Amino acid sequence: MNKEYIYIALADDDEDDRLFFTDAFSELKINTKVQTFNDGLALMNFLNSTNIFPNIIFLDLNMPIKNGIECLEEIKKNPRFNDIAIAIYSTSSSEEHIEETFVKGANIYIKKPSDFATLKKTLSDVVTINWQYHTSGLNKDNFLLRI
Amino acid sequence: MKLYVKFDFNIICKKVLEDKLTKYNLKYRILSFGEVEILENIDKEIFKQLTKELNEYGIDIIENQKTALVQKIKDAIVEMVFKEDAPNVKSSVYLAEKLNHSYGYLSNLFSDVTYTSIENYIIIQKIEYTKQLIANNKLSLTEIAFKLNYSSVAHLSTQFKNVTGITPSAFQRIITKRREIANKK
Repeated sequence: MNKEYIYIALADDDEDDRLFFTDAFSELKINTKVQTFNDGLALMNFLNSTNIFPNIIFLDLNMPIKNGIECLEEIKKNPRFNDIAIAIYSTSSSEEHIEETFVKGANIYIKKPSDFATLKKTLSDVVTINWQYHTSGLNKDNFLLRI
Repeated sequence: MKLYVKFDFNIICKKVLEDKLTKYNLKYRILSFGEVEILENIDKEIFKQLTKELNEYGIDIIENQKTALVQKIKDAIVEMVFKEDAPNVKSSVYLAEKLNHSYGYLSNLFSDVTYTSIENYIIIQKIEYTKQLIANNKLSLTEIAFKLNYSSVAHLSTQFKNVTGITPSAFQRIITKRREIANKK
């Protein structure tokens, strides 16, 4: 009944991770459109050439050529991308690291789950809360979520 | 120079609505927040133009009945959470009475449209308000807990951590650091 959907982008150099990610979303109740990129540079090239931005971008931290932090900094520097929520999607869970990415402007920090069921649950939680920000006009500057 | 401003969404929205409706010489009545009655027949072209102009302010004209009711539920929740003298009744009773539908009906409809429950949405709004108050830096967490009717600071802290995954003090630290960086630029 809902025509609206959430537009999601992922930059991750690991092919299996990209596949799991896309599969997990295809099984969710919320309508989503998912687009994946093999590295940070491909993502940034796409963002710089389009006018229709994703609602939320998932960034893997360790990528060749341009890593997640570099993408985050570039996105945050450009006011054109103000409305995009940024989720860091990483295997690291060092407290210091997490806080640093939040300070740099990330909205969400996700520790990559090790099994598919948890991944589905995690992504569902993230998208559901992002949906509330998207549809209820909540203040995105205060949007911080660690999961 | 950097200014911090505080705004009242209700007043902004009402002012925009009034300005736009007056601009097209429409006779109207603002019934309650989010409900406007146009007291005459409106030309199709004008309606289209009005819709477009309101959209620029992020105001959508809701045509679907169900979506409209969900919006009313959301507005009632926001009012309940953000109002100083919050009603001292259970939220289910409050919403059912205010919106004139059974709570069961409201609750099912809400979950269908928003993918979350009314209970959860109330918690999200309370935590949003908490974040806003922490970011404003005027009240201590104890005062915030009291203001939002939590039984204790611990209860608020736990709920904050459950919803956001971080503690209120980490949230405050991050927001402060972000401001310091922004101010240096």
